[in-house]
Amino acid sequence: MTDEVELRQLVPRVLSVLVRRGADFAAAEDAVQEALIRALSAWGNHPPTDPTAWLITVAWRAFLDMARADASRRDRELLLDSEPPIGVVPSTDDTLRLYFLCAHPDLTSSSAVALTLRAVGGLTTRQIAQAYLVPERTMGQRISRAKRTVSEAGLDRPGDARTVMRVLYLVFNEGYSGDIDLAAEAIRLTRQLADLIDDPEVLGLLSLMLLHHARRRSRTRPDRSLVPLADQDRSLWDTALIAEGIEIVRRALSRDRLGEYQAQAAIAALHADAPRVEETDWVQIVEWYDELLRLTDSPVVRLNRAVAVGEADGAPAGLMALGQVQPDIPRRQAVAAYLHERNGDLELAARLYVDAARDAPNLAERDHLTRQAAQLNERLRAFGEPGSPPSS
Amino acid sequence: MAKYLLLKHYRGAPAPVNDVPMDQWSPDEVEAHMTFMSDFAARLVSSGEFIDGQAVSPDGAWVRHDGEGRPPVTDGPFAETKDLIAGWMVIDVDTYERAIELAGELSAAPGAGGKPIHEWLEVRPFMELPPNFGQ
Repeated sequence: MTDEVELRQLVPRVLSVLVRRGADFAAAEDAVQEALIRALSAWGNHPPTDPTAWLITVAWRAFLDMARADASRRDRELLLDSEPPIGVVPSTDDTLRLYFLCAHPDLTSSSAVALTLRAVGGLTTRQIAQAYLVPERTMGQRISRAKRTVSEAGLDRPGDARTVMRVLYLVFNEGYSGDIDLAAEAIRLTRQLADLIDDPEVLGLLSLMLLHHARRRSRTRPDRSLVPLADQDRSLWDTALIAEGIEIVRRALSRDRLGEYQAQAAIAALHADAPRVEETDWVQIVEWYDELLRLTDSPVVRLNRAVAVGEADGAPAGLMALGQVQPDIPRRQAVAAYLHERNGDLELAARLYVDAARDAPNLAERDHLTRQAAQLNERLRAFGEPGSPPSS
Repeated sequence: MAKYLLLKHYRGAPAPVNDVPMDQWSPDEVEAHMTFMSDFAARLVSSGEFIDGQAVSPDGAWVRHDGEGRPPVTDGPFAETKDLIAGWMVIDVDTYERAIELAGELSAAPGAGGKPIHEWLEVRPFMELPPNFGQ
């Protein structure tokens, strides 16, 4: 069988060639999808010797067919019969421009994500729709609109490395992994981007993804419930991915152009590097959060920093740091509950876990927080009854 | 992207501004209302924001388990139940503000006299999927 992922790796180059030959972006993208479908059924176990050239030829013909059908629908003559010679060598600049185009600032983030997955990633509309639990027709419309927006806005003001990284971050972070493992897809596209562009932040993002992906098997139990970092079975961590992630963030940091993805990756690396949770270097983690705060001034960073301070300097210090986090930040109650529990105030902690569960943004977190509240309440009941042994 | 449920009530919502029951409308007004609803859904499909839309009958039953080996017990409908769902639309939008904007437009569906009903709709966010950059 032809490897679908290997096949999809060729997509950006093929699409770039069609666009450079003068095809309209939206039509060229449709033609490349058509060529991919044909390749999957035609190649079987025997891919052609030059798969890229095959795809370019077939996609270009598909484009011409579509353009002719369009032209005859409009009852107009178009001179489309001159087929340019194959073998136009796609350059890395073209592929990079494709990334920038799909992260065009005129697109909403969901449109940019969908378009990137299709035009750069080569996924089908159906696969993208399934990953985001959206009907295929709706996703098809979202992609068509995105292509129109990009075609109309033109190439004068495409996105840049920042907008592309934001899109890839979202691909990794969100979406339901059904047929397609979106996290793996995000890593593949970020690797490709890192080959095209010399930017330590891209390396930082890639490292961050690898270090999180390395822990994926330990993050949830078979029933999909969450396992907090401290309780994760570290023997399940993918040591090869961790080694690669650490090596990449070191390489990025040595460039001395710090950015937020590098700082986040540095924190992830310190977690991944601890063989046991007790050996986590929380002092260094707090220092990285300080850097991150200087770079972003984000309330979410401030919240995560409070957790790290609680581990490095004790719960009272963590609670002090939490006092500087504005009250309406998601997950603030959960952090407050945890720090008060660590501080020995179980009654307050139990109440805060209940509040946090009510405001949890997803079921897995709500279930986890509800369990925490139930455990604390059970312990409190055991303490409350004279003569009964405290639960362990 | 986030999914939201727009809930429409037979009862239980605060009274709308144009509070005339549908059976008192002229047939043309009913027709105009239906057209508005299907146009609204079609517009959301083409904007890539539509997930689902359904209407449910006001008649329903309450059901509960009645012990091992016994058939479930059914009861109702209970006239005193305050809240009665009429239907819903599920949308997938970029921001909370967009969800509110769309609910506002849906609430302007025409009713008696061809004027907007100004019906109160309930907007409820879906639980998200856990993020991969979590724990």
